[in-house]
Amino acid sequence: MSLVEIDQLVKSFGAEVAVAGIDLNVDKGEFVTLLGPSGCGKTTTLRCIAGLERPDSGEIRISGEPITSPEKGIHLTPEDRNLGMVFQSYAVWPHMTVFDNVAFGLKIRRTSRSETREKTNKALELVGLGQLGDRYATKLSGGQRQRVALARAIVYNPRVVLFDEPLSNLDAKLREQMRIELVRLQREVGITSVYVTHDQAEALVMSDRIVVMNKGVIQQIGDPETIYARPANAFVANFIGVANLLEGKFLGRSGAIAEAEISCGDPPLRLKAIGAEGAQAGQSVILSLRPEDVALHLEAPASPGPNLLEGEIIDTIYQGNFLDCQVRVGPHEIGVQMDHFELLDPGQKVFLTFEPDHGLFLSE
Amino acid sequence: MSIAGLHKPDAGEIKLGETTFTSTENNVYLPPEKRDIGMVFQSYAIWPHMTLEKNVSYPLDIRKVNQSEIDDRVLATIRLVGLEDMMGKDATQLSGGQQQRAALARAIVFHPKLLLFDEPLSNLDLKLREKMRVELKRIQNEVGITSVYVTHDQAEALVMSDDIIVMSKGKIEQTGGPHAIYARPRTRYVSNFIGIANLIEGRIARTAGEGRGEIEITRNGERALLPCLLADGLSEGDAAVLSVRPENIHAMREKPDGHSLEGEVIQTVFLGNYLDCRVRWQDFEWKIQAHPREHLREGERVYLHLDADHTLAVLP
Repeated sequence: MSLVEIDQLVKSFGAEVAVAGIDLNVDKGEFVTLLGPSGCGKTTTLRCIAGLERPDSGEIRISGEPITSPEKGIHLTPEDRNLGMVFQSYAVWPHMTVFDNVAFGLKIRRTSRSETREKTNKALELVGLGQLGDRYATKLSGGQRQRVALARAIVYNPRVVLFDEPLSNLDAKLREQMRIELVRLQREVGITSVYVTHDQAEALVMSDRIVVMNKGVIQQIGDPETIYARPANAFVANFIGVANLLEGKFLGRSGAIAEAEISCGDPPLRLKAIGAEGAQAGQSVILSLRPEDVALHLEAPASPGPNLLEGEIIDTIYQGNFLDCQVRVGPHEIGVQMDHFELLDPGQKVFLTFEPDHGLFLSE
Repeated sequence: MSIAGLHKPDAGEIKLGETTFTSTENNVYLPPEKRDIGMVFQSYAIWPHMTLEKNVSYPLDIRKVNQSEIDDRVLATIRLVGLEDMMGKDATQLSGGQQQRAALARAIVFHPKLLLFDEPLSNLDLKLREKMRVELKRIQNEVGITSVYVTHDQAEALVMSDDIIVMSKGKIEQTGGPHAIYARPRTRYVSNFIGIANLIEGRIARTAGEGRGEIEITRNGERALLPCLLADGLSEGDAAVLSVRPENIHAMREKPDGHSLEGEVIQTVFLGNYLDCRVRWQDFEWKIQAHPREHLREGERVYLHLDADHTLAVLP
């Protein structure tokens, strides 16, 4: 049995359906991320688990026990659910010391003084703030405040910790560092975590499993590698990382490799890639191609393989570690990511190739 | 702030073309409104009680431009920044990204001689920020107004600029195009600030002409001599810092010909288009950017090969 079980959860606000009947299980010790654009239902789902929203229907159980179930007339208050929460706004009290901020959750639970001291110090050690207990919260950096918020969420050994975009207020360098630290901590403490973010890089780096949501519906559940390499549909392909999406007609397959006709001017191109399992000849498919899987050549390659496209440079964006190129191929704009610098002029003719097992046909 | 006229400098001179903005020596100080500058700030400074058009037309209204010209220019500028669908809306009905576009429209509508940007994208979320970088650059190219842009975000600087001026403690550290700054930083500070770099203190062991040489590094008693490009001003025997970008190091399972450093993969972080790895060599952790299809695993022994054309010795 999973620690958290969500069955057919539905929540509307007026005429707007925020969560349209989702099912999700989270195992003990697992780090599960709800990922999607704003309005996809991820935060509403989290707030239903927290007890901050009442669902219209469906059920949520922790350790088999319903915590909310409109059908059964059950709705536990947030405090009775024994969950920890970490928010984007740190919600750290400025007039209290770090120690008192963290101990607060234990005090309202009427924990004895010696136990409070012991548990608070342990939580502060864990998040790397062991030396700063006496400091006032206003004297802390953004990253340190976020750690206080985390210590406060884990100090009373909650069954699950819920995270609502906790890193979005930090600057880029600190955010990257905190991602890694959060995961390390989560593994060390073994806390079951449900994490909400709109930041796909965060989801890839931190999660055991990612739940991609859009318009209140789960689009795909899987580990980061699978979600990235084998997206279930065009939405997932484009939301996680960057994908070139080209429409075409399925022709046939030989083993794992399928072939489709992509309209790219006249004559249409025949391209080979994996995916499109179960597709019928003539069916519409979409080729999903990651920019880093496309090779760009200045001269026609001698042995191009089965997938060769001719185009011209529209524009390049220099990122330092990558050079992002936009290439016009017939009616399409294809993004190519190069790992070295090359001086490319708009209008310049180039050739693109990709390995068949690096492209993916999606049947919509 | 000094260019804008919001701060008075202690000394020095600022000119725009033939116009002196400020000169302490000649006792010249032009107030901000006389400098003909468009400004875009982090806080959009869009008036909530006015429509989009009214916000954009404001600089023309106070310059008493005639009404039909105002209407034409406001419409053209709103189109340029891609907000034509929002006409007639109050500023409060615009999203963060749209408000920033409105602020840009207001800054360019009166065709200023100079545009100043003060971290205009820092309040936007990452995807929107990345989109707006490219968009801002496109608009700037189209209107062709000279722009001075302030940011702490090095990625933004690389993507948008013709020239980057890296500053530290009130001084210019290096000036150059994005690729020159990224690929050939002169100092440890620039190397570390722009992009990510592996930095190890060492000594120039040999110079070989044409800006090439060898740097010696020692960690935990293990000595390595690495072929490298030398920053201007470094000679044999000088203290220097080895600087290599994560994407210019290759982790190989078989020992390659030539120099290599043997280490252990201690962390891999999957980011989709690349794998961010840490490899421990002696007491140093190398940051490496690997292709996900190489499938490096934690605990694996690997040989690090540093690309000599991208291995730099820079000033400490």
